[in-house]
Order: sequence, then C-alpha cells, then structure tokens
Amino acid sequence: MSAFERRSVISGIGQSAIGRRLNRSGVDLTIEAAREAVADAGLTLADIDGLSTYPGGGGIGGSGFAGPGVVEMQDALRLELSWYSGSAEGAAQMQAVINAVMAIGAGLARHVLVYRTVTEATEQGSGGRRPISTGAGGAGGMVQWTLPFRAYSAANWLALYAQRHFHEFGTTREQLAQIALNARRNAEANPKAILREPMSMDDYFAARMITTPFCLFDCDLPADGSTALVVSVAEHARAVDHVAPVIEAVGTGFRGRPSWDQRADLTTMGAHDAAASMWERTDLTVADVDVAQLYDGFSFLALSWLEALGFCGHGEGGPFIDGGGRIARDGELPLNTAGGQLSGGRLHGFGFLHEACVQLRGEGGERQASKPVEVAAVGNGGGPVAGAMLLTRG
Amino acid sequence: MDDPHIRVLPALDVDNEFFWTSGKDGVLRFLRCADCDVLIHPPVPYCAQCGGRPEPAAVSGRGTLYSFTVNHQAWDGTTDPYVIGLVAIDEQPDVRLTTNIVECAIDDVRIGMPVEVVFADHDPIYLPFFRPVTP
Repeated sequence: MSAFERRSVISGIGQSAIGRRLNRSGVDLTIEAAREAVADAGLTLADIDGLSTYPGGGGIGGSGFAGPGVVEMQDALRLELSWYSGSAEGAAQMQAVINAVMAIGAGLARHVLVYRTVTEATEQGSGGRRPISTGAGGAGGMVQWTLPFRAYSAANWLALYAQRHFHEFGTTREQLAQIALNARRNAEANPKAILREPMSMDDYFAARMITTPFCLFDCDLPADGSTALVVSVAEHARAVDHVAPVIEAVGTGFRGRPSWDQRADLTTMGAHDAAASMWERTDLTVADVDVAQLYDGFSFLALSWLEALGFCGHGEGGPFIDGGGRIARDGELPLNTAGGQLSGGRLHGFGFLHEACVQLRGEGGERQASKPVEVAAVGNGGGPVAGAMLLTRG
Repeated sequence: MDDPHIRVLPALDVDNEFFWTSGKDGVLRFLRCADCDVLIHPPVPYCAQCGGRPEPAAVSGRGTLYSFTVNHQAWDGTTDPYVIGLVAIDEQPDVRLTTNIVECAIDDVRIGMPVEVVFADHDPIYLPFFRPVTP
C-alpha cells in the first residue's frame, strides 16, 4: 500500500476569534488563523508554497458560508505558490486537507496552508438560521427534489434519516440529547466555545422544536471564525517544538448513491462509506482510537458517525451514548472535546480537525481527555457528504 | 388540488420536464428503461443497469411512507407545522420521493403507512404530494 498520507504531518494549527456577529470580514479572520498556524509550524509566510480551502471561491451556499477563496487569500498574504486548490466537491470539508496531503505526497508542495472560514453569524444577522438558498428561476440540480416540498434545510433532510433510525432501532430523543449535553459540558471547558452555560436534560426538552426529532439544541450554531492548519512534509516534524500529528489514513470513499434521499438505507450515510474506505488504508482498528471528533451539524450526525466508524454496531448508537458517560472526557471514548459545532460554533468541519490536533498534542487544558491520546478519529459531513481521517501522535 | 403556499418551484429542463408536468392528467410518471424495466430517478437519459434508453412510464401513484419529519421552523415565514415525508414507490421501493403528506392529521402520520399521490396544481408544474390511502 502506498501510504501517501504518512509523507505529511500537521505542523501547525491556528484559530481566529470565534463568535457571534464579530462583524469582521472572512479575509480578516483567515489572516488571523493563518498567521497563528504558520507561526505554530515554525515557519513564515514566505515558506508557504501551497494553499488549499473548502469550498473555494464562487460564493456557493449562501450567506457567510463560503469564506474567501484561494485567490483572495493568496493575494492578501502575497504568497508565492507551487500548488493551490479550492473545491467543494470531495470528501466533505476535510477534502481541502486531503488535497494538501496529496500535493505533498506528490511532491508539488512542502508547506500547505489549509483553511476554512465562515461568517454565517454576522451575515445572517438576527434573522435566525436561513434555509438553503436558490437562485431566481426555480430550483435545479439536487435541491429541486426537496425545496418545492418546503424541505428547505439540511435539518429537514437529515431529520428523515434520524426518524427512520428511531423507527428501526428504537433510538430516543433522550439518547440523542446526550450528544448535545456532552458538547455543552465540553464547551464549558473551552474558552473559545460560544455556548458555555450549563445545559440540563430539562433545558434540552424545553427547547423549541425545529423539525422532528430535532429541537433547537440538536442543530449547530452559526458562527464567525476561521480555522487554519499547516500541512508539511513529514521531516518538518523534527523542526517544531510540539507534537506534529501524522495523518495515518484518510477516508474518501463514496459507494452509495450520492443523494439526500435515494441512498438504499437511510439509517446509514455517506459517513459509512468514508469510514469503510479509511479503515482499508490502515492497520489500526477502531479499538486503537482514543478520542473522536465527529461532525455534529446535527446531533444525529455524530451518532451516525459513531456507528459508521464502528465504535458500536449498526443501530446501536442510541444505547452506546445513553447516559453520556462513555463519550465524556473521562469516558472510554471522549467525543467532541471542544464542544462540537452544537456548542462551540459551526466552524464547518475544521473545528474537529483542529481539536483532534489539540488533543494529540495534549494541549486541551481543562478539556483535555483524561486518558492518554495517541490516536484520534475525525469525521466531517452528513447525509451524502462525508470524509474521515485518522490522526496519530506519530 | 389547490395549494395555498408560495413555493420554490423546480426549474424545468429537458430531462426533468416530463416528471414535473406529469400530474396534469393526475398520473405519476418515472423514467423506465425500455429494455430492463427498471425505474430511474432522478431522471437521467441512461439506464446504468443495462445501458438502455429510458422513457417516461406511468406508475400507480401508490407508495409507503419510509420516513417523515414534522417541520416547525418558519423557514418561509409561515408558522403552521407541516409534514415532510419520504415515500417509497410501490412499483420499486428504492425509488423515493421527498414530498408533503397532506389530508392527514399530523398526529396520525406513521412510518409504513400506505399513501397515494395527489397533485398540487402550480400549472404547468404539478407537485406530487401524498395522502393516506383510504380503505
């Protein structure tokens, strides 16, 4: 097996201010995160010869979703690049990191700055969560099959997955709540998380319903913020003064139909394909994983990722998280230790990559997992969007 | 049926027009492969199973509710809860339609219930909704 992944390390990480309505531009936030990551990697901007982001320029996805494209950031930072990429089609948000790893494996670059920036909180203002937007002239492509039926949001599309899971396996809202309550407990220990007030099961059940079975606290929180990583050639690990996590394996597979509603079994998602393809690329097994950072754009997605990666069997996600002890910071599988997107803020996939590195580096402070962290699993995406990654301390 | 809601309607194109206009005569149609009879949805002019050329074909309009969600969020400014359903088509249950479940009290909606198509008239577009089959 040609493990191109292991020719790279994550040499630096950075994160801008994160919050609600920071009223700063995406470029501004990205510069803050990028400079922190590059300095953390022991480099200067002159050393950066690759640039990668998700989803790249073109303004897809509506207000504050896309962040600046590679062209804007290359020019703002006056980078001289050997390779660059910005793309929305791929293994979820982390495809931007995987592209960087591939570029390094192929010898096209030595130090790639990778970033994901959102300004959804500022752009959406006080109007609340927005539906998926469509241009004038009607809905085309995939959304023509959902928008005419007032299924405006991924909340609706994924509620159909959750409801089917509840139906087939007896999964309950009390179980699903553990994803949200665990995220909140971890957010309390993360100074950068947005929602840090303690939350009880009663608070969860008192929240207004969005789309059954999802209440407000099952849905992530639009945020402003930028996350940056520097992916470097593996030998650079010796030049930094901290652990430089190694990408053990990436999961880029997609084997079912790439559709929100035509997948053969909607109690699984693209996550299951991505996870399966990740495990095919490593000798490590699920038993080796110490912490999991799993996409929680909706609480149910994290539950589904737990099943997809094999932490429990198909349909057993509810009992696995029941009571919340197993996924707590002092449990057998600490989950979403920075508060996830549910309480930390919707950094759109990259928050999980950042936190996996923090945990592997042992720099979580109050939110550091109780157990030693040698291996971290990361999942990005939900429904037909998925990418998986296994990181080690190297 | 009349539909009180202002909706985002599909943009018609050469591949999807037959589907979205099919309800004018009250009949639901999908592409069906002329060679192997498999239904193909969303419509593309190719049968990935045998390489054949599909044509629109009528189906019964009957299906089974595979999943549903009761929406409460006022995405479009309206606050009344409504049911978004996912219906598996009787002739080929791996073909599903995201739809609205109508003519049914919200508390009576159940996964597995038999449903039948009823079209919402947005001439020239007819949106396939589903209602419980009345015995």
